[in-house]
Amino acid sequence: MIRLTVNGIEHTAEPAGAESLLATLRDRLGLAGSKDACEQGECGSCSVIMDGELVCSCLVMAADADGSEITTVEGLAPAGELHPVQRALVEAHGVQCGYCTPGFAVAAAHLFEREPSPSADDIKEALSGNICRCTGYGAILRALTGLAGEEP
Amino acid sequence: MTIAHDFAYLRPATVPDALAMLADHRGAMVLAGGTDVVPWLRDDAITPETVVDIKDIAGFDAIDVADGVLRIGPLVTFSDLIASPVAAEHVPALVEASHTVASVGVRNRATVVGNICSAVPSCDAGPPLLVYEAAVEVAGPGGERSIPVLEWFLGPRTQALAEGELVTGITIPLPGAHGGCYAKLSRYRGEDLAQVGVAVLALPGNDYRVAFGAVGPVPFRAPAIEERLAGGGPGDADPAALDALVDEAISPIDDVRASKEYRTHMSRVMLRRSLAAAAARLDGGGPPYGEQVI
Ligand code: FES
Ligand code: FES
Repeated sequence: MIRLTVNGIEHTAEPAGAESLLATLRDRLGLAGSKDACEQGECGSCSVIMDGELVCSCLVMAADADGSEITTVEGLAPAGELHPVQRALVEAHGVQCGYCTPGFAVAAAHLFEREPSPSADDIKEALSGNICRCTGYGAILRALTGLAGEEP
Repeated sequence: MTIAHDFAYLRPATVPDALAMLADHRGAMVLAGGTDVVPWLRDDAITPETVVDIKDIAGFDAIDVADGVLRIGPLVTFSDLIASPVAAEHVPALVEASHTVASVGVRNRATVVGNICSAVPSCDAGPPLLVYEAAVEVAGPGGERSIPVLEWFLGPRTQALAEGELVTGITIPLPGAHGGCYAKLSRYRGEDLAQVGVAVLALPGNDYRVAFGAVGPVPFRAPAIEERLAGGGPGDADPAALDALVDEAISPIDDVRASKEYRTHMSRVMLRRSLAAAAARLDGGGPPYGEQVI
């Protein structure tokens, strides 16, 4: 049995074998905001913050995450509110089908937490592990550079 | 969610404990960052009965310098290397390679030691460790041994670690003044394997070390190229002769990522540019580390 603090709430779970943190979050804790697209660390749709670090939750074994603190997309802002990066994505039309959006939001929120006014290059580097199959990168970048007060 | 097989999950706190577990459980898999091992386990590409997670072993996350040797612990991630002033000072080409590994979320977990233990032909840590003449420090049932990286890679996904052995770190003799460069050809930034990787070290006195990745079954040094370059400036060697030596050194394959011809052409171009960058960096100029030459 493992203990996780997810978005400030303590949970216990009994993951099986090499079950990923992503699977535990989605299938056992009902937090389906983090998406399961590649399960290979290639797309970033499963991005969460684990003990202060951005990770691909599909590459973390749940058993190994025992005792850690996790922030998922559900925990970026209090219920009913949007995190500034989420608001920026909405306002700049940085969402098409939306499948990649939680991953982008978590990676961007993590960047802005450490660096309130990142350069366009910082933003590109921080999001280089996130793939958007709708290829809406221009709008996503405009949203975040706008938030940073930068030209895209 | 398909969990095909289960295993015992152990977390030793010391090296002796880890070695005892590896001795007791033949075929156990060691887990560090997990960025390779976790998907392999999930896909049943490996089916160990025991997984030994080394994350609780004290000191395994350290990067330090003592007695003229830089030591990188088995839990040091690529992000740790990028953030390390010690690494930037002594092994800048390895740090440059670290920047090219996948994405932030992967680099925060993926370890340098794990990268060479997985030993895929395109591993980004391979070529820089070869030119820095690193050694892999290993503890096992027979005691400790030090394996030069030159003898480490045995084939695709195969390295020199024996049953029951554990890597306890990578050591690099401090190279002193040098210019280095790691150039990586990939399709896009963020999580892509190298199609070609080239590492170059330029040492004072026109002495060069050259290594390639992703264009042979293992990352390798290219002694014939080093000999041809020795004693001259990076631009002094006849370009056609250098290209011919590159062609002889590499054995690229055609695959989904790139054709053999493309890999060959880019190996030549990347060697020339890496040599120029490394030599310029030795003289205090050249592009800043981290700025790719291709
Ligand atoms: S699902 Fe984890 S990176 Fe794609
Ligand atoms: S909005 Fe559809 S995948 Fe990005």
